Amino acid sequence: MPDFGKLVLNELNHTPSPQPEKRKRGIPQSVLIPLLAVLTGLIFGAIFIILTSQEVYTGFGQSLGAGFAAMWDVVARSYNALFTGALGDPVRMINALQSGNALEIRRAFNPFLESLVTSTPYIFAGLAVALGFRAGVFNIGAEGQLFIGAITATYIGYKLVGLPMIIHLPLALLAGALGGALWGFIPGWLKAKTGGHEVINTIMMNYIAFRLSEWLLTGPMKRPGSYNPVSPEIQPSAWLPRFFDDPIRFHLGFFLALGLAYVVYWFLFKTTWGFELRTVGSNPYGAKYAGMDVTKNTILAMTLSGALAGLAGANEVLGVNHFLAMAFSSGYGFDSIALALLGNNHPVGVVLASLLFGTLRNGATRMQLSADIPIDIISVLQAVILAFIAAPAIIRSLYRLRKPAEGEGLITIKGWGG
Amino acid sequence: MATTTSAFHRKIEVVSPTRQRVMGVLFILLGLALVFFFTPGLTQDQTTTFGLSLATSQVQLPPWQVHTLSTLYGLAVVSAILGGIQLARGFGRYTNWMLGLVVGLFIFGFLVWAAAGKSLNLVGMLNTTLSRSVPITLGALSGILCERSGVVNIAIEGMMLTGAMVSALVGSLTQNAWIGLLAAIIAGALLALVHAVLSIKYKTNQIVSGTVINIFATGVTSYISAKFLQVNQALNNPPTFGGTPIPLLSEIPILGPVLFSNSIFVYVMFILLVILHIALFQTRWGLRLRAVGEHPKAADTLGIDVFKTRYMAVVLGGMVAGFAGGYFTLGSAGRFDEVMTAGRGFIGLAAMIFGNWNPFGAFGAGVLFGFADALASRLAILGIAIPSQFLLMAPYIATMIVLAGVIGRARPPAADGVPYEKE
Repeated sequence: MPDFGKLVLNELNHTPSPQPEKRKRGIPQSVLIPLLAVLTGLIFGAIFIILTSQEVYTGFGQSLGAGFAAMWDVVARSYNALFTGALGDPVRMINALQSGNALEIRRAFNPFLESLVTSTPYIFAGLAVALGFRAGVFNIGAEGQLFIGAITATYIGYKLVGLPMIIHLPLALLAGALGGALWGFIPGWLKAKTGGHEVINTIMMNYIAFRLSEWLLTGPMKRPGSYNPVSPEIQPSAWLPRFFDDPIRFHLGFFLALGLAYVVYWFLFKTTWGFELRTVGSNPYGAKYAGMDVTKNTILAMTLSGALAGLAGANEVLGVNHFLAMAFSSGYGFDSIALALLGNNHPVGVVLASLLFGTLRNGATRMQLSADIPIDIISVLQAVILAFIAAPAIIRSLYRLRKPAEGEGLITIKGWGG
Repeated sequence: MATTTSAFHRKIEVVSPTRQRVMGVLFILLGLALVFFFTPGLTQDQTTTFGLSLATSQVQLPPWQVHTLSTLYGLAVVSAILGGIQLARGFGRYTNWMLGLVVGLFIFGFLVWAAAGKSLNLVGMLNTTLSRSVPITLGALSGILCERSGVVNIAIEGMMLTGAMVSALVGSLTQNAWIGLLAAIIAGALLALVHAVLSIKYKTNQIVSGTVINIFATGVTSYISAKFLQVNQALNNPPTFGGTPIPLLSEIPILGPVLFSNSIFVYVMFILLVILHIALFQTRWGLRLRAVGEHPKAADTLGIDVFKTRYMAVVLGGMVAGFAGGYFTLGSAGRFDEVMTAGRGFIGLAAMIFGNWNPFGAFGAGVLFGFADALASRLAILGIAIPSQFLLMAPYIATMIVLAGVIGRARPPAADGVPYEKE
């Protein structure tokens, strides 16, 4: 464990001076770098696709021209599928509108709305991690909190029968938030009281949550008569209402997420509690001397972060699946670390980053079907984007950007000991 | 945070009165647990039979039969007495050994209870335990290499997963398990190099950098698996390393079947364990590595190249993790499946903390966690009503308890996770 005094000295040396950011001409780097990171990520993805495509090698086997043509072809086909899968095919949309067929219109506009559906858990989970970062805790356990939130929401969702929606739905959402909050509270409490590092503890809590879900789904919460490890169907009174008929799954959760993003913004930047949380995050030493309770704020941050992640899980089971299965999350909790950093730990940034990742992931489903590019390419893209965000010096040297005068101040998490 | 522990305090802490008392109470509680959890429902005439030979052994030992109830009471009494001594005067620097002994007694008691009225092949069980502990221990060794030099590595999981995929692919293409293994090691080294460049050169937050590699590894391996390995089975059919009994040694009763009738992964694990221990604590190389991890500025002043040392340590760690990845495909399953490492890398991380950043400590933890793993897969056969998931959870819970400082205090290298800035 690093010596506390030394840690503080480091902190003071590295923390950017609290001067207001000077207005510069052009796009500020805090916006430019994420944009360039995404662009570079897409280029990297294209290279990856080219390198793993049989057609390209066969093309180069015939002639140089055929090789380049194959390269262009495979990338164009993939990214075309990605974007039409994510946002919809404009030609089809116009045709559908002209035909006036309601089902065809819904189908044509579904990709875009489905992207919003995919973005929703990202917003919740991204807010969770961002709130943690703001308070100086690294919540790598959003995935586990998301699972626990999904479990508690599912349980309330199918166990209570005969409630009106106006009571049942909020109750199920609350259960999800509380479940996640508990899973965040434990590592928060451990960090504040014993100094056990939250990164290790949340990793451990993730796996405890996975095993717990496995046990619940094969035992106490298993759907009667089913051979698969799935929970019983949630009562319709606990479903997040959908706005359109099938196949459009777009549901209330999206607006809940946007509302919550505003609440998090308001909490972090407009309330005393939020101010304390941010102060503890950026300078625990100073916060302590200003009379702020570091212990309380650490626990509070982890609990709130857990609650937000729990809501991500609740949102998925109540809005999309209507039951719980092990595969309900495609790693939203892990991806949310990238989201929070891409969005500069600001609620608005997180929402934008979530929309981007949700769109990409949704488009990738289509890309998998029509261009034979496995959906996992999205994880590769996300990892590369995250690397560029975390090491902006790479992007700066690639695009010849000038180094900003003040320090980065990206995240101030130190090693294990706390 | 306030519980700053310097090396000086740590020496005292080994025999601190609070810890002495906590340990003593724990020993007694474990003894009581043996009586209260396991003895109800057993009858006087029950015996437990332990098989002591593998079916393949040349020398077949007669099975060992113990009286279930009296064995359990005996074990409980020994635990309680050890607890009493610990409370009264303490075992000083042997406290950890005693803890290991009492936990061992408890586990033995558990087995005696679990196999009451039945027969359990103890030797086979221990053999499996050792085999299951390979990826965990190697993961921990990989972590120790990195973190002793001051670089946090949570990407062991990703490096293992990549090693597993690459060894399956290359092993299938060349139809040579050795080349597959070599490719796994290289893949681990390359990913580690990325981690090193990000966290040493660009001074990225090391946990973020580790997360980058984990997400990347999951993506790339699943991508290749979906696009190639699942479509073309010829690409996912590597030759495997079967059991390689060591001549003569494997014929030693009990020890032979447990230690010397394994795959080469187990032997390499032991060799690496000894080499790393000696290298870290007996050589100049190790002293420098640890100096860089504890106090890089001082090391730099004395002319040690901090950056070079860290690069080397991280890449070596990646090679170990890649090798561990090879275990999954070449030493165990014989094929690659998506996310087949299933958190073993993170258990390795846990074993590293559990073993207090020491190779042999990590091995002890690895065996303990490997045992939980081996037992989980046998619960159904033994007909025990404990869900296997709870056994699989145990390593994670145990690590959180250790990290909380209830039983002992985990002490990472002082500069772990702190990027070094040359002035």
